[in-house]
Amino acid sequence: MSHEKNTIRYPRVESEMDFSRDPLEVLEAELVMEPPKSELTKMLLSNLLDISPILNEAASAIIDDSFTRCFKSNPPERWNWNIYLFPLWCLGVVIRYGILFPVRLLLLTGGWLIFLACFYPVHNLLKDHDKLRRKLERGLVEFLCGAFVASWTGVIKYHGPRPTSRPKQVFVANHTSMIDFIILEQTTAFACIMQKHPGWVGWLQTLPLDSLGCIMFNRNEAQDRLLVAKKLREHVENPESNPLLIFPEGTCVNNEYVVMFKKGAFELGCTVYPIAMKYNKIFVDAFWNSRKQSFTQHLLRLMTSWAVVCDVWYMEPQTILPDETPIEFAERVRNLIGERAGIKMVPWDGYLKYQRPSPKLKQKKQQELAQVIIRHLEEKFA
Amino acid sequence: MGNSSSMLTQYDLEELQTHCQGIFSQREIVALYERFCALDRTGKGFILSDEFMAVPEFALNPLAERLLRTLEGVNFKEFITLLSAFSARASYEHKVEFIFRVYDSDRNGKVTMYDILEVLRDLSGSFLTDDQRKQVVIQALEEAGFSEDSALTYQDFLEVLNKAGLKMEVEVPVD
Repeated sequence: MSHEKNTIRYPRVESEMDFSRDPLEVLEAELVMEPPKSELTKMLLSNLLDISPILNEAASAIIDDSFTRCFKSNPPERWNWNIYLFPLWCLGVVIRYGILFPVRLLLLTGGWLIFLACFYPVHNLLKDHDKLRRKLERGLVEFLCGAFVASWTGVIKYHGPRPTSRPKQVFVANHTSMIDFIILEQTTAFACIMQKHPGWVGWLQTLPLDSLGCIMFNRNEAQDRLLVAKKLREHVENPESNPLLIFPEGTCVNNEYVVMFKKGAFELGCTVYPIAMKYNKIFVDAFWNSRKQSFTQHLLRLMTSWAVVCDVWYMEPQTILPDETPIEFAERVRNLIGERAGIKMVPWDGYLKYQRPSPKLKQKKQQELAQVIIRHLEEKFA
Repeated sequence: MGNSSSMLTQYDLEELQTHCQGIFSQREIVALYERFCALDRTGKGFILSDEFMAVPEFALNPLAERLLRTLEGVNFKEFITLLSAFSARASYEHKVEFIFRVYDSDRNGKVTMYDILEVLRDLSGSFLTDDQRKQVVIQALEEAGFSEDSALTYQDFLEVLNKAGLKMEVEVPVD
């Protein structure tokens, strides 16, 4: 133990939060026990000046980091590179843009017209027959979503029992694009919590989605959170409301990774029904990179591809265990979804796309580094 | 090097390889260029501080701000030169030079006790008092045969730092 006097070393502080190991344990494992040598006199200075592990972490983050990887649209392998495949590909382009796209556009427009023609009358004329009105509105929204799915030739395989309307339940799913909502809404008229969008999507959000009981929020407003939490609670307690769907990641991720879940959905005191979604990139990458394209551009891309292939798994309900915190519960469900969909977990908060990490994370590392020195000082002057 | 295209020509690659003294392989340079273009969101040809800080893993590093002083506004050539210190093929001297430059913020070739204290403050934040920091730095300097007023040079750093203990290697992911 006396050898530890001159050996303070900056440990390789893990940049990803490791919930399982106590940071001081990590430090102790890294403390080097060096036998006395002629260089002992320089050892303290050497260890003090050696900031290489911390620099290494910074360089490692610059060269490649797991957060940026979550939002990278990986371009597909090019297969049209030789003399036989290229003409075939060109033919494919002609068919997709020249034949499929117009047909799909017609289908979608048709669907929209029917929807609008029916929705407004139903909404306004059946004001006194609330139950019937809501039933019809639900059916109409499901129909519209069906039209959307048809417009990209969605090949969706649903596994597991369809969601039913029951009290005290909430559905959670991983998030890749706004089409997740459309795909799920096709079979079940969920009420969803979503970010308020500009443009025609925003218009959609005002009337039809509002009629389902969808809750809008604005992620840039801090006070919004309490208000939204209140609305969520009211929704799940109301036996008349539609099943609630929440995307706990809070942002679209590229379907190769799943980021940390926000705990809001897990502290409502409800049964949580996880839904896992995995898109097959074979014809098109369904990830909506909202930084690179608008939703309209995204939809157009889907409509000019052969098909959107997706697997949806409706999974077993989960309840919070007696000794579990909502955060742990969220982590557990995230694990289940990640495993079923075959996507990797990363310990990052999706909102880091829009904000800097909390200073507490940096302070945690500073505290760990400071601890090494404090222990040295204590031993020296014990 | 076209700043709007994301392709490097063979000529570019060879020039870059010579520039970083052959430390990175051509595949690594291509991978680093992709990364550079990903970080440089608006395709300007250099990376802003904000764009570096958008990488959460970097933003929570205690030395991030200090490193930004050398990193911000760099073009791709400078980018790979700076990062070459972290290659497995970089020499011990090269790595120590990088560390020295982190300490020697005013570039006068000398690292004083105050420079060391500054870096230590970045590392430990508010979890150590100035007195505690001073105490440990003075002790370290005196034990090694320096004094409070000594100004360490690059040569001193080479001698003091332990070659075997240096952990400065990052692998560039190539596909």
